[in-house]
Amino acid sequence: MEHFFLHTMVGSIILIVLKVLAVLVPLLIGVAYLTWIERKVLAAIMLRKGPNVVGPFGLLQPFADAVKMIFKETIIPAKANRVLFFIAPILGFSLSMLAWAVIPANDGWAVANLNIGILYLLAISSVSIYATLLAGWGSNSKYALLGAMRAAAQMISYELAMGLVIASVLLLVGSANLNDIVLAQRHVWFFLPMFPMFIIFFISCLAETNRPPFDFAVGESELVAGFFAEYSSMAFGLFFLAEYGNMILMSAIISILFLGGWLPPLDYVPFTWIPGPFWLIIKILICLFCFIWVRSAFPRYRYDQLMRLGWKVFLPFTLAWVVLTAGFMMATGIGIYGGAA
Amino acid sequence: MQAILGNYLPVLIFGVISLIIACAMLGAALFCAKQKPYAEKNSPYECGFPAFEDARQLFDVRYYLVGILFTIFDLEMVFLFPWALTLSKIGMFGFFSMLAFLVVLTVGFIYEWCKGALEWD
Repeated sequence: MEHFFLHTMVGSIILIVLKVLAVLVPLLIGVAYLTWIERKVLAAIMLRKGPNVVGPFGLLQPFADAVKMIFKETIIPAKANRVLFFIAPILGFSLSMLAWAVIPANDGWAVANLNIGILYLLAISSVSIYATLLAGWGSNSKYALLGAMRAAAQMISYELAMGLVIASVLLLVGSANLNDIVLAQRHVWFFLPMFPMFIIFFISCLAETNRPPFDFAVGESELVAGFFAEYSSMAFGLFFLAEYGNMILMSAIISILFLGGWLPPLDYVPFTWIPGPFWLIIKILICLFCFIWVRSAFPRYRYDQLMRLGWKVFLPFTLAWVVLTAGFMMATGIGIYGGAA
Repeated sequence: MQAILGNYLPVLIFGVISLIIACAMLGAALFCAKQKPYAEKNSPYECGFPAFEDARQLFDVRYYLVGILFTIFDLEMVFLFPWALTLSKIGMFGFFSMLAFLVVLTVGFIYEWCKGALEWD
């Protein structure tokens, strides 16, 4: 049996498929329940009850929504470019799932333990801009096109800040492997020495995922629904799942880069009893709560302010921080946190 | 080479499976729901009016400008990554070489700022 899974071609492929499903199935259920959590948290903040009809505490609401979406008519606008119109949601959804291939849930527990895991994540998040652009262009509607243009400009602007923040973390670690990045935080989680970068990264994540207060791409009150205004049924559902999947992904990246991934907060007995994946899930949930909290607490930003914040505040500040970190390391001796290099 | 490519096999399989899931969900919706298209339903949404003109018209040049500026800084980032990973090996010489590069880049950035390429109003 062991020989079959580890040493034959078919066996190893079956093993990989099982691993992939072990990531994707909980992930999809998590995405479904994130919509429920968001509605419940928003309701609690606004002193409402939230979904409470379908099942106990409304727990079956996500499944009711999914069934409803499947039984809705898929409307294809007459002037739309049909191929692009359908490629966009498929691309968006697949990419938001694909990024999970490198996320380690415990020491070495990743589907693909790539030595350039963080670059892979950056690449995936860059390509996912195409899903937004194709949706806006393919549906041939003014609202959709405007929303897509805004989303693309916003996402590429904040990707720069994110990339520089990641570069400063890589300076401390000396490896682009996500496993090594977490292990380098055994003594101190990076959000303490890199606190400003942690805050900038969190805000950039809000902008990258088009979440309020940076939801210009969707802007209900002006662009109706932005780049997916023309989508209905499951095509809309895929965008919806992709957005929430990206939220969980960004929370996972924040946890891995700054909050010590699967590591317990203190390396002593009551904390080490809880296995690593649970710590990662707890950290992801805390980040997700912050995403939802921000949505309920802040009004929408203005687009020129958003661009100013990205280009004139975050970009120079993160660039200066990278140079400072490198200079500090050169002045005090190499690898203050005992990096892998 | 074989070993490095082998690392990416799970990524390929992951991609294929997520594509299959996405297509299956779209297909299920197309298959289960009754499709009854007519001209009014399929017209592009524009607050109830019939669309005045084609949606693909002129748009603001600043989006293009942002794209170009992004390319410059993204290339610089790609250059920064290997430097950040190997700083402990390349020592002072590597550190100051990158510093010289960043100074040149910063001069360009200040020029852009003063020219108003970063303004959005």
